Amino acid sequence: MIDDKFDYLLRLGDNALVLSQRLTEWVGKGPALEEDMALANTALDLIGQARLWLSYAGEVEGLGRTENPLAFLRDAHDFRNLLLVEQPNGGYADTLVRQYLFDSWHHLLLDELTRSSDARIAGIAVKAIKEVTYHLRRSADLVVRLGDGTDDSHRRMQTAIDELWMYTGEMFQPDAVDEVLEAQGVATDVAALRDPWLAQLRHTLAEATLTMPSPEAWMQKGGKQGRHGEHLGFLLAEMQFLQRAYPGVQW
Amino acid sequence: MSKEWPLWEVFIRSQHGLAHKHVGSLHAPDGEMAINNARDVYTRRNEGVGIWVVRASEIVSSSPGDKAALFDPSNSKVYRHPTFFPMPEEVKNL
Repeated sequence: MIDDKFDYLLRLGDNALVLSQRLTEWVGKGPALEEDMALANTALDLIGQARLWLSYAGEVEGLGRTENPLAFLRDAHDFRNLLLVEQPNGGYADTLVRQYLFDSWHHLLLDELTRSSDARIAGIAVKAIKEVTYHLRRSADLVVRLGDGTDDSHRRMQTAIDELWMYTGEMFQPDAVDEVLEAQGVATDVAALRDPWLAQLRHTLAEATLTMPSPEAWMQKGGKQGRHGEHLGFLLAEMQFLQRAYPGVQW
Repeated sequence: MSKEWPLWEVFIRSQHGLAHKHVGSLHAPDGEMAINNARDVYTRRNEGVGIWVVRASEIVSSSPGDKAALFDPSNSKVYRHPTFFPMPEEVKNL
């Protein structure tokens, strides 16, 4: 029981941590100063959320691990993030589409978690959803602008959606951990988020003049269970370098 | 359409009761994105409760060359300055 909650908290924390690290890769390279700072702000929000989830995960685990060893001393197969968030940044269209697909799901999930029977989870969700409301407003706005922009921007956005689509399936696929926590009222039924998510996407993508891929398409899965693609290892190697090379070093 | 985003001037109200104050400028394709960008560039440290953005090209400015004609005449009229009243220290933001 305890292990299931630990695992669930890692999923929440690792999604935020890995996506934050990806966004941080844009710092200093954004297409405009304003976009650069907006992505950095989003990354900082997500780091803050990752710290809250992973700190709580460490407490639930009860072995004295704090947020730091959980972030910097676990290997790829111990990470529980969705495959979507570990996908490489690609071009700006790929980054924005990844962000929009995640934000729209993240917002629905956090909204449910504000009513979790676990007061600590509900509290973190209440704080995080304010930040994610803005993330979604911004990424949805840019998806519409670039989808319904020039021929070139439209083509790039459509390609990004077509390529990232197969990583959206596992967001709505419950496994044993989800089911145990849902039964306790701690977590929500992720499968139930699918219809509102698809409805939202249909609306935004129509406004963006983009074609939504088939919801019945074949989907990748495994991220939540620790089976990741080849990209996560490289991301972790960069993120964890300092603590691996100089264990326990502090600023 | 020009490739460059137009320039916007950003004004932030730091708390209720105070006027919006000019904090800087940024580039954005339209007003909605200018507000979003202003939020991201200028309100990262809890600076405000309200944002105005104005197209920089819409601002009409006085000319530095007119400084003497516009401002010098009031220098000799000290009776216009409200400096003859003691101000209680508790009154802030005046």
